[in-house]
Amino acid sequence: MGQQRIRFYQTGSFAVGNRLLDPDQRSVQSDTRRTNSLNSGHRACQGCGEALGARYVLDAVMRATGNQMVAVNATGCLEVFSTPYPESSWQMPWLHSLFGNAPAVATGVAAALKAKGRTDVRVVGQGGDGGTVDIGLACLSGMFERNDDVLYICYDNGGYMNTGVQRSGATPHGAATTTTPAVGPAPGNDFGKGKNLPLIAMAHRIPYVATATVADLRDLEYKAKRAMEFRGARYLHVLVPCPLGWRTASNETIRVARLATETGIFPVFEAEDGDVVDVTKIRKRRPVADYLETQGRYAHLFGDHPREDVIARIQAEADRNVRVFGLVDSAVSDGRG
Amino acid sequence: MSEANKHGPLPFAITLDVGSSLANKTGSWRTERPEYVDRLPPCNNACPAGENIQQWLKHTEEADYEAAWRQIMADNPFPAVMGRICYRPCETACNRATLDEAVGINSVERFLGDEAIKQGWTVPVDASPTGKHVLVVGAGPSGLSAAYQLARLGHQVTVRDSCSEAGGMMRYGIPAYRLPRDVVDAEIQRIVDLGVNLELDAPVTDLELALRCFDAVFLAVGAHVGRRADIPAGASARILDAVSVLAGLEDGDQPLLGRRVAVYGGGNTAMDVARTARRLGATDAVVVYRRTRDRMPAHDIEVKEALEEGVRMRWLSTIAYADAGRITIEKMRLDDTGFPQPTGEFEELAADSVVLALGQLSDLELVKDLPGVTITDNVVEVGPDLMTGHPGVFAGGDMVPSERTATVAIGHGKKAAHSIDAWLRGTTYERPDRHELATYDRLNTWYYADAPATVRPRLEPARRISTFDEITSGLDASTALFEARRCLSCGNCLECDNCFGVCPDNAVIKLGNGKYEIDLDFCKGCGLCAAECPSGAITMFPERI
Repeated sequence: MGQQRIRFYQTGSFAVGNRLLDPDQRSVQSDTRRTNSLNSGHRACQGCGEALGARYVLDAVMRATGNQMVAVNATGCLEVFSTPYPESSWQMPWLHSLFGNAPAVATGVAAALKAKGRTDVRVVGQGGDGGTVDIGLACLSGMFERNDDVLYICYDNGGYMNTGVQRSGATPHGAATTTTPAVGPAPGNDFGKGKNLPLIAMAHRIPYVATATVADLRDLEYKAKRAMEFRGARYLHVLVPCPLGWRTASNETIRVARLATETGIFPVFEAEDGDVVDVTKIRKRRPVADYLETQGRYAHLFGDHPREDVIARIQAEADRNVRVFGLVDSAVSDGRG
Repeated sequence: MSEANKHGPLPFAITLDVGSSLANKTGSWRTERPEYVDRLPPCNNACPAGENIQQWLKHTEEADYEAAWRQIMADNPFPAVMGRICYRPCETACNRATLDEAVGINSVERFLGDEAIKQGWTVPVDASPTGKHVLVVGAGPSGLSAAYQLARLGHQVTVRDSCSEAGGMMRYGIPAYRLPRDVVDAEIQRIVDLGVNLELDAPVTDLELALRCFDAVFLAVGAHVGRRADIPAGASARILDAVSVLAGLEDGDQPLLGRRVAVYGGGNTAMDVARTARRLGATDAVVVYRRTRDRMPAHDIEVKEALEEGVRMRWLSTIAYADAGRITIEKMRLDDTGFPQPTGEFEELAADSVVLALGQLSDLELVKDLPGVTITDNVVEVGPDLMTGHPGVFAGGDMVPSERTATVAIGHGKKAAHSIDAWLRGTTYERPDRHELATYDRLNTWYYADAPATVRPRLEPARRISTFDEITSGLDASTALFEARRCLSCGNCLECDNCFGVCPDNAVIKLGNGKYEIDLDFCKGCGLCAAECPSGAITMFPERI
């Protein structure tokens, strides 16, 4: 277990902070001196998971690098809501070029810093799932293959939300988007399509690949910090629920991310040199229906004409995750009763 | 500000300096506003002594045991006693019971009480003397609790009791294996040390006379008279009452119960006397009760411990006849209303003595002729401020209508002290408004790590019945700390920083010392802080638009 285990302190190690912990054991987010890399006044929707995830990750990287960091951003929500000219919410050096070339630009920045002998300044590239798994995949794969010294972060909300909720290669099966409407015999996004980028990244045998969600800050911060302990190409895939595209209430962003992990829909793990080295176990396993029924994008699976068959296929995918990644401790009952 | 700006109008298509998004006050999007609230924790709500349990657990979590103890002492001068004998309504109400097991509040209280005795902590009297003198009749938990609170409010207090030692039922009713006497002595001494004048072997017989010497009177005479039942009995049958047996033991009179003892009744006193009989050498102690176990008034833990110690139970039975060496039992059945009805079936049982534990009555001789005082069913009627119909005479504890436990009595003492204090000042005591209850559904329990309750070590049953040694041991500092940290802090901020962390708009300001503030310039009202607050201490309120 790579993650630091904290002794039992009232709310355990799961809350953001804890008055009973030594300051060095507390999260970056509990510190009033955190960077707030993404400042107030950004135009993200109420309860935006991506805005939250970006601040979580970048604040942790800023802490890990002693504030010596440059970020390169792909086009997408994160860029649009943070930087309407001439305003910006970013409180660190930040660069935007095109939708598809963020990994290549990040490579260039890293090369320039290397040429100047500034190896103390670290580079991160970041984008949404559209910019990462679809439009920027070629540049990203090249960055991985060359093992350029960049941490690339994908904030996965499962679609092109900024442009009006279109399907991406990361849209989950069965989910409705404006381009995969909930009509016909197989409503929503087709099964059997889509890409699992953490596994694609691992196939490049890069030094470090990890997944995380906005529901478990301590785990997310650990992974951002851990990623900065490596040189070379690293990939962090963060699940960030989108109230707009998932059609959830703005106060449910974290809850729904938690359900994604507790149901086995989204496996949380880390891998080094292509091999999984650690998995975050599910504390209380839940059926996928608990996750699906909170979201409007799956509303067509419930109601007067429920699609038990589709729910069963999604459950089978979650079961496979649990099996393949070993998400449930064998000692703990899986609680699906 | 760019160079260009300083020198007149901007040229066309020039690059502007980077501006901050702080100019964009996203607070204008908000339709709901988060506010920090304080809700009433279920433990505090359930405590008959009105302790602020959550607050003293919070001090304990920080290993500040003295502050925790002082918080208890604000409401209850008997933490070490109550940490042993309280029936823990707080733990019954505890929200953690829904998650795994209730927090061991009682065991932490005992740890703090014992720690205070060990460290010799004392409480000060901060109020200046009022010049008023209050008489307290009865040195039981209620009377001493009132005396303690009145002394701390600056009044002069005299406590009179007819017994030769103070403590009331804490000493004369509860056996030593549940409550060691050195603990009672230490906590009473601390009250005496506040300047309370304690007069023992001093029965009060004339209240009218007392009222001429004192500015107010608090009556807490308890209920020390065993309720009798007319059991047909032979001339040589040995029939005793439980209260006398327990009190006699305390005065050094070993009661002659014999080897086979039948105890008649199903309350806590019945359990106490049956277990005491075992310790005095009875080979067979049988509790005879006319209904079933689930209808027994005795608390479950007492019944369980009695059974462990070899006490036998005869449910659905009444004693029809008692004679030397044996009793006749009639079997009962419960009718549709749950009331026991005789069946006409009889059975004989060997018993050298019968101890009646059928409830207790108060000796109300003192007040029965006092003008204005109303006595109904052997209890004195009091108003919500615990004042009787006679001005300046207050009453509490077992002699007024209420549940008869030491914790309730302590609560009465505190309440009466506040009322008496207000009455002496010519005002009325205003009880602070109660907050809304902190219910389980408001908690976000994902954030609490799994942690089963700490179990207090107990003496083996075989060793218990040979001595009056205390059965249950206390926690040590590390286990008490762990137990306190199991508290969920229901309804009140526990400084976990979740709100500060989960806000996507950095609109929660952490002020330190457990204080946070919402930055309404930027709060979009998404409600994440409220949804992710583990303790349910944030509520969303609609904005007036």
